[in-house]
Amino acid sequence: MKKLMLGNQAVARGLYEAGCRFVSSYPGTPSTEITEQAALYDEIYAEWAPNEKVAAESAVGASLAGARSFCAMKHVGFNVAADPLFTASYTGVNGGLVVCVADDPGMHSSQNEQDSRHYAIAAKLPMLEPSDSRECRDFVKAAYEISETFDTPAVLRTCTRVAHSQCQVELFDREEHALKTYERNPQKYVAAPANAVKRHIEVEKRMDALRAFAETTPLNRVEMGDTTLGFVTSGTCYLYVKEAFPEASVVKLGLVNPLPVQLLKDFAEKVDRLIVVEELDGVIENHLRANGIRVDGGKDLFGCLGELSQNKLRRAMGEALPAFDAYDEAVPGRPPVMCPGCPHRGLFTVLSKLKLTVLGDIGCYTLGSGAPLNAVDSVLCMGASIGMAHGYTKVLGQEAARRSVAVIGDSTFMHSGITGVVNLAYNKSIATVLVLDNSITGMTGHQQNPTTGLTLQNEPTYPIKVEDICRAAGIERVRVVDPQDMAATEAAIKEEIAADAPSVIIVRRPCALLKYVKAKPALSIDPEKCKGCKSCMKIGCPAIRFSDKKASIDATICVGCGLCEQMCKFGAFERKEGK
Amino acid sequence: MKTTSIMIVGVGGQGTLLASKLLGNVLIGAGYDVKLSEVHGMSQRGGSVVTYVRYGDKVYSPIVDQGEADYILSFEILESARWISYLKKGGKLITNTQKTWPMPVITGAMAYPEGIVEKLSAMADVQAVDALALAEQAGSPKAVNVVLIGVLSRHMDFPEEAWIKAIEETVPPKFLEMNKKAFQLGRNA
Ligand SMILES: Cc1ncc(C[n+]2csc(CCOP(=O)(O)OP(=O)(O)O)c2C)c(N)n1
Repeated sequence: MKKLMLGNQAVARGLYEAGCRFVSSYPGTPSTEITEQAALYDEIYAEWAPNEKVAAESAVGASLAGARSFCAMKHVGFNVAADPLFTASYTGVNGGLVVCVADDPGMHSSQNEQDSRHYAIAAKLPMLEPSDSRECRDFVKAAYEISETFDTPAVLRTCTRVAHSQCQVELFDREEHALKTYERNPQKYVAAPANAVKRHIEVEKRMDALRAFAETTPLNRVEMGDTTLGFVTSGTCYLYVKEAFPEASVVKLGLVNPLPVQLLKDFAEKVDRLIVVEELDGVIENHLRANGIRVDGGKDLFGCLGELSQNKLRRAMGEALPAFDAYDEAVPGRPPVMCPGCPHRGLFTVLSKLKLTVLGDIGCYTLGSGAPLNAVDSVLCMGASIGMAHGYTKVLGQEAARRSVAVIGDSTFMHSGITGVVNLAYNKSIATVLVLDNSITGMTGHQQNPTTGLTLQNEPTYPIKVEDICRAAGIERVRVVDPQDMAATEAAIKEEIAADAPSVIIVRRPCALLKYVKAKPALSIDPEKCKGCKSCMKIGCPAIRFSDKKASIDATICVGCGLCEQMCKFGAFERKEGK
Repeated sequence: MKTTSIMIVGVGGQGTLLASKLLGNVLIGAGYDVKLSEVHGMSQRGGSVVTYVRYGDKVYSPIVDQGEADYILSFEILESARWISYLKKGGKLITNTQKTWPMPVITGAMAYPEGIVEKLSAMADVQAVDALALAEQAGSPKAVNVVLIGVLSRHMDFPEEAWIKAIEETVPPKFLEMNKKAFQLGRNA
C-alpha cells in the first residue's frame, strides 16, 4: 500500500517499521510532526520532554536499556542537546540511537540558519540526509543499522522542504527488535577521563570504519550521464539538480558524514566540470578541496544564504530562466500576526504604552515586536530573556530596572527559563520577569508542556505551576494577572518594576485557539459614535479595519475578546448577544 | 508526461491545506507521481501561505519557481498580485475576489491596492470568482476552498467523479453534502 506522506510522517513511519520503542523530543519547526506522528503507533512510547537536552538524555538512557530509541529537534535544538550528544559519541549505544535534526534554510520559522552538518563533523557522528519522504522512511532504517553496527548514535538531517513536502511512500511491516540486554560496562559508559581517553581511540577507529563503509554503501549513489558536467549534492539540492540539469552526471550523497573520498575522486576524474550544490555552508566543497579534489564551482556560484531552487541553480550556471511577468506595483507584505483574541495582545499593548525596554524570548509573543505594537527590544534564543534582563539591569542599575522587563512563554520558561530565575534570586537581581502563561506551546502548533497538566497523549499528569517554581527558587515577589484586564496588568507591572527585588508576574490566560476557549459573539462599531481616533487600532488586531475615517470590525474573524472595547473612549463598540 | 505545476496561495487560516490535500488525492487516484510542499509555522498566524503541487511521470523538485506554474489557485486577491510572477507564460490564474487586509494596511502604513483583477487580467489568463459568496450559498463561508477546487476542476482533465471521490475522502461526513454543493457551484462558476 502507498500513502501520500509528509517527510516528518515518513520519519515516524520509519521509526515504526524499524522497531523503535522510545521517542523523546521537544517541539520545533520543522521537526514537530515526527514525534506527534510517532505517538500514534501503539508500539512506540513517545513523549514531549521539557527541552532537547532532557529529550536526548532520555533517548540515550533508553538506548542503554537496550531499546531502539529516537529524539527529534530543530537545528537550534541541537545546540541545547549538544552536551549529551557529543559524549554519547564516545560511550556509543546499546539499542540503536537515532537523532533527527531539522535545518531551516531560508529561516521560514527560525531565528538563524545554522548548518547542522558541522555538528556531525565536530561530534564525529555519522549523518544521513534524505531527499524526500520515501528516503525519510528508508534512511531511518539505515540509520539504525549504522548505529548498531558501528556502536554510535546516528544523525538524520532533514530540512524544511523535506520535512514539509509530501510524496507517496510504500508501507511495510514493523520489524520487531528484542531489547538488547543491558550489561554493566563502566569502561564504556562512564565517561570519566581514564575511560574517555580509551573511548576516543574507539571513536577514531569507528570513523575510519565509517569512511570505508561510505565508499560502498548504497546510501551514496553515482548516476553517470553527460560527463561534461558533474554535480556532487545531497538532500533537496539533489532534486533541484535533477530538475534543472536532468542530463548531467551526479553523485547523490545519502551519507553526508563521513564522505566517500575515493568515490568522489573517481567521479571528479570522469567529469569535465565538477560542481558542488549544497544549501548553507560549503561543507562538502571544503572537504573535497581539503582532499585535493578539484572543484570547479560551489559557494562561489550559489552563496551560503537561504534555500536553493531549480531557478537559482539555472541562474548561477548561466542557463536561461523561464519567462514571467511580475506585478508592477508595490504589494503590501502579509507578516504573521497575533490571532484575534490572542492573550498576548493585551500585555503587549500595555508594554507598548509604558515604553519599557523588553528583553524578549521565542514564541508567539515574539510577534509583539511587529507593527503597530513594536514592543520588543531583543530576541536571542529560548530562555535568553531572563539572563539578558539580569545582565542588562546589573550593568545599568536601578533606573534601568524600573524601565525594563523580561518576557517569556510558559513552554519556554520550562525549557530554559528556570535556571535564569534561580540566577535572579542567587545573584540578587532586581529584574522583573513576565511569564506569559497561555497554557500551551503555541508557536509550534499546540503541544502540551509540563505546565498544562496533560501529556503528549492528552493524559492527565501533574500540572507544574510557574509560581511554585519561582517561589521555590527564592523569588518572594510572585503574582498572577489576567492580560485581558489591561488596567490591572498595567498596575501590576508598574509596581513590580518599581520594586528593588527580583519579581515575577505570571500573565495568565489560555490561547484563543484552544478548543475549550469559546469565542464570544463578534463586536461591532457604531459609526455614529466612532470618532475615528484610531485608539482601537493600536492593539494591532487583524479583525479591525479603518476606512472612510471610521473603524469597523471583520465579523468573520472577530472572536469578541473585547480588548478593542477597552481602548475606546467613546463607547462605540457594541456586543450583540447570542450568536 | 512532463511535470505540471500548481500553486495554491492564500492567507493563513483560509483552508488552503485542505484544498491541496484534495487535489493531491485526485492526482494520486489518476496514477501520477505527486509532490506537495507547504511551509508550516509562522505563516499560519494570518501570514501569506503557499502550497506547491506538482505531478507527472516522475517529479523531482517539490517547489515551483518563478515562471513555472501552469495554474495558480488564489484564495485572496492581494495574494494573486504577490504570486503572479510564478505563473508560466500561457498559464492560468484562478482567483477569489475576497480581500483580507494585511497588517501594513490595517496600520495605515500602506494602502490596499485598487483594481488588481483588471491589472492581472491584462497580464494573464484570469478567472476571478466571488468564492465567498458561493461558499455562503452552499452553506458555510468555510467552504471557499472547495468552491475554488470546483473552479479549478473545470480546467483540468479529470472526470468529475474523481473529484467527488476525493472530496468524500477528505472532508468529514457531516459536511459532505455542503461541500459537494460548494464544489458544483465552483465548477459551474
Ligand atoms: C532550542 C529551541 N527549541 C525549539 C524552538 C522552537 N520554538 C519556538 S517558540 C517555541 C515554544 C513557544 O511556546 P511558549 O513559550 O509557550 O510561547 P507561545 O508560543 O505559546 O506563546 C518553540 C518550541 C526554538 N526556537 N529553539
